[in-house]
Amino acid sequence: MRQSFSGLSLIWRGLSRHRSWQPQWRKADPKPGYDAIIVGGGGHGLGAAYYLAKEHGLANVAVLEKGWIGGGNTGRNTTIIRSNYLFDESAALYDHSLKMWETLSQVLNYNVMFSARGVMLLAHTVHDIQVAKRHVHANRCNGVDNEWLEPEQAKEFCPPLNIEKNIRYPVLGAALQRRGGTARHDAVAWGYARAADALGVDIIENCEVTGIRRDANGAVEALDTTRGVIRSRKVGVAAAGHTSVVLAMAGVRLPLESFPLQALVSEPVKPVFPCVVMSNTIHAYISQSDKGELVIGAGTDAYTSYTQRGALHINTHTLDAICELFPNFRRLRMLRNWGGIVDVTPDRSPIIAKTKVPGLYVNCGWGTGGFKATPGSAHVFAWTIARDDPHPINAPFTIERFQDGYLIDEAAAAAVAH
Amino acid sequence: MLIIVCPYCGKRPEIEFTYGGQAHLVRPKEPSQLDDEAWAEFLYMRANTKGVYAERWRHAHGCGRFFNAIRDTTTDHFLAFYKSGERQPPLDNVPLAPGERTR
Repeated sequence: MRQSFSGLSLIWRGLSRHRSWQPQWRKADPKPGYDAIIVGGGGHGLGAAYYLAKEHGLANVAVLEKGWIGGGNTGRNTTIIRSNYLFDESAALYDHSLKMWETLSQVLNYNVMFSARGVMLLAHTVHDIQVAKRHVHANRCNGVDNEWLEPEQAKEFCPPLNIEKNIRYPVLGAALQRRGGTARHDAVAWGYARAADALGVDIIENCEVTGIRRDANGAVEALDTTRGVIRSRKVGVAAAGHTSVVLAMAGVRLPLESFPLQALVSEPVKPVFPCVVMSNTIHAYISQSDKGELVIGAGTDAYTSYTQRGALHINTHTLDAICELFPNFRRLRMLRNWGGIVDVTPDRSPIIAKTKVPGLYVNCGWGTGGFKATPGSAHVFAWTIARDDPHPINAPFTIERFQDGYLIDEAAAAAVAH
Repeated sequence: MLIIVCPYCGKRPEIEFTYGGQAHLVRPKEPSQLDDEAWAEFLYMRANTKGVYAERWRHAHGCGRFFNAIRDTTTDHFLAFYKSGERQPPLDNVPLAPGERTR
């Protein structure tokens, strides 16, 4: 029987010397076959398995993870959550997700520490102001909150911000999404894993897919893995930077390139930073974790790579901007830096779709910003797999859009630099 | 930071270069004769290889010229550099890079 968490139960376990904790999910061994298999045990994959079991009645589901749960980009991102995307299709997808974040802790009975502390996007040039205001208006037409702040108002919302005129790129204003914020990234993977496991989903770690077997009609029939052959007629791939590698096993080519994306954290300090601040123009993304570390997002390296590391000049470039915007952080020491491999599409929008191979589905192309979409993406991906038909929200996010030209071109619009 | 050997200028740091993506993609001679799938294949689909990969670089803050390189995307080691227009070395038998003993 799964432990149920409440404030009282946590206090009780604390007082009883923490001796009653149980593993939150089983160490499952692969069965010979499943109704559906998800490849990739990050937030998107675990969430999809959870919604398959919860909303579509598929209890015989497995998640295959080549490493450990949440050890990929789910544990490597900077946990920023927002939905202020320009285009209607993106706004629908990301706001679907944001609404799910707001109740996720209650739904999963697991504290994902979602904190709607506000995400502020800085403007440094006249062009930035025009673009940001356009975003504000477009978002509000789509029912997504976003508001324009003058520099003094931005400073009031985020006191450490330097709004002096004497810096190279002075702050001329900001767009603020108050419903945006952060969440605890590990807890998202663990919470989904625990909830999926409770519904009978097998979570199989250290199990790498090495081949995709297809029947005479070309449909998916089984997966070759490092832990043997596992049969399934439905396979959903949510393998982030390695999606091209997995889908190549079924002969599916994708418009993806995999780049290292780096992030870093400072030494932990007392609460000094109340919100999330992003600046595309001078490339800085910063928030403070509940542990006290300043979490800083850097950019992608220039070249494709699978090494999960990148060059130091990418990080120092970001720190240049951070030091100018927040001079009181100049003497903070940086504690760790790391990289993850992100799969980037030409239009910087994801793909959540069927492939030309029957029974094979893909959720990829999240590029530099997939964490924010975890619940919504998992939810519509499960729908797509269960019904063999996309949910209205992910219907535009096909592979075929690169043939018919119906791109969702957030590359120039996504409120982040690429 | 990668050290990149421009075939025209020699060894330089990565920040002098811009990345040009997958090498040896040939623009179709008659795009208007292609169907949408073939055109999308040329425009957007990429091998995105995990392993030995042929790619383009441009020495943007140097001679400005494009050239090609072979790099292992699992280690970021460069295996070869060659000028545009030269034949691509076979990817399964690339000679060891200077200083590289094993692969």
